[in-house]
Amino acid sequence: MKDALTLLTQVTAHPDSRCWFLAWNPSGTLLASCGGDKIIRIWGKEDGTWVCKSVLGDGHQRTVRKVAWSPCGNYLASASFDATTCIWMKKKEEFEVVTTLEGHENEVKSVAWAPSGNLLATCSRDKSVWVWEVDEEEEYECVSVLNSHTQDVKHVVWHPHQELFASASYDDTVKLYREEEDDWVCCATLEGHTSTVWSLTFDQSGEQLATCSDDKTLRIWRQIKTGEEQGGSKKDPSWKCVCTLTGYHTRTVYDVSWSHLTGSLATACGDNAIRIFEEDPGSDPMQPTFSLTAHMPRAHTQDVNCVAWHPKEPGLLASCSDEGDMAFWQYQRPE
Amino acid sequence: MVGGSQLENANPLIYQRSGERQVTARDEDEELHDKIDDREIFDLIRSINDPEHPLSLEELNVLEEIRVKADDDESTVSVEFTPTIPHCSMATLIGLSIKVKLLRSLPERFKVDVHITPGTHASEHAVNKQLADKERVAAALENSHLLEVVNQCLSARS
Repeated sequence: MKDALTLLTQVTAHPDSRCWFLAWNPSGTLLASCGGDKIIRIWGKEDGTWVCKSVLGDGHQRTVRKVAWSPCGNYLASASFDATTCIWMKKKEEFEVVTTLEGHENEVKSVAWAPSGNLLATCSRDKSVWVWEVDEEEEYECVSVLNSHTQDVKHVVWHPHQELFASASYDDTVKLYREEEDDWVCCATLEGHTSTVWSLTFDQSGEQLATCSDDKTLRIWRQIKTGEEQGGSKKDPSWKCVCTLTGYHTRTVYDVSWSHLTGSLATACGDNAIRIFEEDPGSDPMQPTFSLTAHMPRAHTQDVNCVAWHPKEPGLLASCSDEGDMAFWQYQRPE
Repeated sequence: MVGGSQLENANPLIYQRSGERQVTARDEDEELHDKIDDREIFDLIRSINDPEHPLSLEELNVLEEIRVKADDDESTVSVEFTPTIPHCSMATLIGLSIKVKLLRSLPERFKVDVHITPGTHASEHAVNKQLADKERVAAALENSHLLEVVNQCLSARS
């Protein structure tokens, strides 16, 4: 386990502010960072070093909490405490706001694009999750407001292949949603965490979901296909918690990222550490076991807020922290 | 809330303030690394004003030195505070003021945990959860009205 994770470089991304979140563009050539300074920065590699290529500073009045790239890589969405979500279009090196999505009553906590690129989900402290549709004229229309959660909604993420998405909340649950006759419905509620669920990530197949929480645990959920036909309509698959990783994290786990290239699971924790887990070879899919394969105790000098695996380079991980820095790591999987 | 006509706890018990910290020879030795200790944390927060009364949190026994724990090596600080009444609607505001004072005063490496003394408030769990949620604390501190109220609690009385 020693030396499994190596620091490549550390960069001050948001000086004198929190760096809240990072997002790689689909090709992995650009990384977007956002923070408490209300600014989004776009980073690219030049001659082996990470440099800031663009500063997106005039979109939001308050903290930018999360950012997400469209699947085509031409658009960036940013969720802000100012209750809006901005859509930025990339024009060569520059980015400009093409639309501002309004409607949430207060802080927008997260935003995510569907794999098709035609749908967007946002969630807020107002307890709601909104689904937006993008038409050919690039007009955004809210097609559904989902009020299933009873508290602040922290994170939204889409299934890697299907038109299905999941949300995590301060109400300790995770919910899944799918489209049904032109409307969106909550089709599953995952209960088990005993405090706020901060983030979630699907594995490459989309059959497994990992969630992380203020209760200091990580849970792995598996989709159970029922195959039963009920009144002609297929019953929704249920999700079962097949593994709980307890005792590894000493404070809140703020983020989790499942590499779609290697299957490695990385976590960002309030104890300043980054940890990586691997599913044990040959473990039963219905009762999988995971091992800690890397542990970097002082990865940052303050809380780690986000971990993001590079979409193309196996083992390349980016992280960011309350101290305003982001770091790049190379992870060596065990033999 | 502040400025309301009805006081929630109209006649609170008032406690004796503690004296000044006894300075020892060790404290004055410039060669020694002075670790942040319980008493130092307590001194930072004991004069915070109650939102309702012209009294400090120490005088209302909301804060006591024995409920303050500092561990300099681990960079952790934990404070328990005791609302004057179990239904105190200002518990979150008091907790937030303590948290903000410590976040502003201490080196950034410190993890600051602020909780209600177990068994002393009806909504203990909800208040603790909100105070522990750094995202909600960050959002609250971007609210200029709330920030003004917090700053009032933190301003030194003449």
